[in-house]
Amino acid sequence: MSAVALRLSGFAGALLVWEAIGRSGIFLDGYFPPPTEVFPQAAAMLGDQTFLLNLIATTLSVAFGLAIATAIAVPLGLLLAHSALLRSASRSVLEFLRPVPPVAVVPLAAIWIGGGPVTKIGLAVFASLWPILYNTMYAVDEVEPLLVATARSCGYGSVRVMTRVVLPSVTPFALTGIRLAAPIALAVVISTEMLTGTSGGLGGEILEAASGQTRMDKVLAIVVLAGLLGLGVHAGLERLQRGLFGWALTDRGAA
Amino acid sequence: MRAVRGFLLRWTAFAAVLVVWQLVATAAAHPFFPSPSEILAAADRMWFSGPASDAFLTAAARDNLASTIFRVLGGWAIAVVLGVILGVACGLSRTVLTAAGPLFAFFRSLPLPALVPVFVLICTLGTPMVLTVIVCGAVWAVLLNTVDGVRTVDRVQIETALAYRLPFSHRLVGIVLPAALPKIFAGLRVSLSQALLLAVVAELFAANGGLGDQLRDARNRFEFAEMWAVVVMLGVLGYLFNMILLAVEKRALAWHRAAGLAYR
Repeated sequence: MSAVALRLSGFAGALLVWEAIGRSGIFLDGYFPPPTEVFPQAAAMLGDQTFLLNLIATTLSVAFGLAIATAIAVPLGLLLAHSALLRSASRSVLEFLRPVPPVAVVPLAAIWIGGGPVTKIGLAVFASLWPILYNTMYAVDEVEPLLVATARSCGYGSVRVMTRVVLPSVTPFALTGIRLAAPIALAVVISTEMLTGTSGGLGGEILEAASGQTRMDKVLAIVVLAGLLGLGVHAGLERLQRGLFGWALTDRGAA
Repeated sequence: MRAVRGFLLRWTAFAAVLVVWQLVATAAAHPFFPSPSEILAAADRMWFSGPASDAFLTAAARDNLASTIFRVLGGWAIAVVLGVILGVACGLSRTVLTAAGPLFAFFRSLPLPALVPVFVLICTLGTPMVLTVIVCGAVWAVLLNTVDGVRTVDRVQIETALAYRLPFSHRLVGIVLPAALPKIFAGLRVSLSQALLLAVVAELFAANGGLGDQLRDARNRFEFAEMWAVVVMLGVLGYLFNMILLAVEKRALAWHRAAGLAYR
């Protein structure tokens, strides 16, 4: 069988299993609707203007979160990688901040800042900071010392070495960091929307569909669309990376 | 000597941050931002002020702290076993990998917290629901890393083993798994932090017991010091889990570095 046929049969098989479980009556009626009910629902939602606005709100929050995190993490990574003093001084603090699950801060942030976009973007920034920061620091260590030495002996000052030698070699790794951070940012934004209940977005739509009448077909339709959104972001970033930095061996970057 | 200096510098900086935090928080006296000492006092009150017969642990420590630790580690362990088994199966068979690849890609980029309401409905609230969420979310990183690792196995080694007619189990344990181990460990680290995150989302959203439940409870009473204490406790848990896993990895992969094989 060709690869395309195999992939299609993989998808078809998964949908059939889902359909069978949905219709089998294992779960109470309406608790786990089959794809034949979920997909038409998803299509209908894509025609609904309020839903589209919420979809855009979530996508924009993720994009802003990633952009701000990049603007913080790349310069910080360059700084920390260049100064051994700063690096060891900040290490213990960073190592204690990194494992804090961002969603644990949601109740505090919701009371302090409120349920608006600032809260979810802020938490997305906090969550996406780490992969970008650590990939940048790792990349600086990997910069070919010969290149730096050559640039220096050609009379480049440290600023020009930074912009002409270090930054170009670091960028592909930073992009790997952004690619790793994107699904985390999406998950954090949706969780924040679900937990505050007043932030709108896809999480707000899920919360609304799950409460009251409990429209599970709607919830699953949103989940499918959210998965497609995540897949789209991932594919887009991967394509960008391949197009711009096909020459770099970026997949050696640290997760 | 340099190591000692680095160690001193790290912890001096850490202590300095704590002192500054304490001073600023005390000076500001803002109800949302309690000082570290108040947070510590809240943590002590919540978890460590029990009777000596229970090793000073309170009932909340047993009900919430222990149940979150159990859920994270239990869910993660199930995800690891499933992920490694499925990953080896997919990595060894090109057909299975091609058929399942797009599905894996979809599930990996699916924001799992979005599924929590579904699990709330179809699972029993409490530990079964949290475990299901964690397993469904944490399995993909292990699975995909195992697939990657299995695919890096040296063809020559496999063919040599085939030529000597080594049975499948020997090939698996002797060649495939050791070669895949560094990648598997990378997956283990990612999935462990995912497990902690998912446990918190599930418990915050709707679950009985656990630190997320305690956090929700503290929020409803506007107890800011207690909320901060839960956040700090989750950070400490994440830090400890990661430290232990790194130590295990260092031992398990010692032969790998010793053999001079490049990995990553």
